[in-house]
Amino acid sequence: MTTVETATGPAKTMVLNMGPQHPSTHGVLRVLLELDGETVVKATPDVGYLHTGIEKSCEAKTYSQAITLTDRIDYLAPLSNNLGFCLAVEKLLGLEAPKRAQYIRVLLTELTRIQSHLVWLGTHAIDLGAMSVFLYCFREREEILNIFELVSGQRMMTSYFRIGGLALEPPAGWLKSVGRVIQMLPSRIDEYEALLTENRIWIARTKGVGYISATDAIAMSMTGPTLRAAGIPYDNRKVFPYSSYEEFDFNVPTRTDSDCYGRYLIRIAEMRESLKIIRQAMDKIPADGPIKADAPGIVPPQREKMKTEMEALIYHFKIFTEGFSPPPGETYVTIESPRGELGVFIASDGTPKPLRAHFRAPSYINLQALPRLIEGRLIADVIACIGTIDIVLGEVDR
Amino acid sequence: MALPGKTNVTVQADPNANLVAQRLREWNARAVESVSEFCGEITIAVPRELIRGAADRCRQDATLHFNLLSDIVCVDRFPLEPRFELNYHLTSIPRRDKVRLRVCLSGDDPVVDSVIAVWPGANWMEREVFDLFGVRFHGHPELRRILLPEDWEGHPLRKDYPTEGFR
Repeated sequence: MTTVETATGPAKTMVLNMGPQHPSTHGVLRVLLELDGETVVKATPDVGYLHTGIEKSCEAKTYSQAITLTDRIDYLAPLSNNLGFCLAVEKLLGLEAPKRAQYIRVLLTELTRIQSHLVWLGTHAIDLGAMSVFLYCFREREEILNIFELVSGQRMMTSYFRIGGLALEPPAGWLKSVGRVIQMLPSRIDEYEALLTENRIWIARTKGVGYISATDAIAMSMTGPTLRAAGIPYDNRKVFPYSSYEEFDFNVPTRTDSDCYGRYLIRIAEMRESLKIIRQAMDKIPADGPIKADAPGIVPPQREKMKTEMEALIYHFKIFTEGFSPPPGETYVTIESPRGELGVFIASDGTPKPLRAHFRAPSYINLQALPRLIEGRLIADVIACIGTIDIVLGEVDR
Repeated sequence: MALPGKTNVTVQADPNANLVAQRLREWNARAVESVSEFCGEITIAVPRELIRGAADRCRQDATLHFNLLSDIVCVDRFPLEPRFELNYHLTSIPRRDKVRLRVCLSGDDPVVDSVIAVWPGANWMEREVFDLFGVRFHGHPELRRILLPEDWEGHPLRKDYPTEGFR
């Protein structure tokens, strides 16, 4: 027990340690809470329990090898990380993926956004006592993961986007599976809304909870649904388009209430917008065409060519033994991951391994605003506020 | 191996052609050391003692309006000197523009002014750089390790720190 000066005068406060093993911290987040009764006087997030040194490991790998590490940063949106990293390396090299690969990338990253939002919705809901939504969300997420497995052979650690294009040709008929999933999803999203949007308990737990003003949100460098719920229509897909996003017609949902409830509605609306993008991408993807850029020395040659042509064999050998060397310089590419602005910084010194690879993890940056959301509020709101930021500890700690 | 396609080269850009450099020069004649362009991205090198002021200028100036600090990235160029390079990635949401401010720091005195007063969101970014590189930020309210345990020795992202750690 310590005596401190609180907003209401001197009071006895208690320090409560929440986490790192706590079901509603979504991983290994620890928050030190200083409580006056049930009111949070001060909150100090403590991160780093999952630090694996991914950025350091990247420096010891060639550019192509480092892609597999990017999956493990934000393990709920591996394809978004793949995309950010590949775009940054492609920018260094002055390389562009073929249109067909770009559209497939858009389709898959939007599916990633939906499945990431589904995990968010399910876990956020179970934290606040709505058990059934959790089960439904994970049921639908599995359908999307099946598509990832179909395309890349992996449910989560896909590594499907490669420098200059895609790893392999998607299997025949894969768009039919995508079609089935996006046919089913709108009614399922309606179902979640029917369970939550007008649910009195849900509203009581989320409305007016975790407010942050637009000015504060920008000052704290917050991005993604949190910033858009504060009324700022900042979305990298619109503001700094990449991978042909400028050719797609979609809205950036914004609200002004900037509380947990508003952020819930934003993410629901984003899932619907993503479905719109996926439908357009399905029409745009040509039936055939290259999925890898024509860049010998960077993109591995096709298997048949490698087996029959000497030059292709040399390139294959060189790519997998020493890699390729982008020109010296730095680039910083930002994309819109499900959690906000994912930035990839790569510094090349003209050798086959990056001098420095840095990932601006949106949930790491967003998480530092947690004390602003919860200080002065009840301890029960802490759960709602941790959930509403949508953190993935793999990304926070890297 | 020769690479296909166009090759990106860092070029020195004309400081008068760039709005940000121009406005910074008007504020302080010494504020811009150089302006370079690579991959279509503008980098403005700023002297170490002026970074706080230059950051403030970038945020407050109505024609620049860089309201979002996207990230602070440190690069260790060991054994070259100046060894550390701090890259501040600024975004202007209303102007849809980006710029990179760069400060170079020597290996024996890696200290720079904190920009928390300009963007409060710089707090954890600076702590991360301190934790992994040992660059100290003058005026930071709680400069302590964030990703590594408090009793960790060394700064792992430095180039003289082995990838597998000290054994």
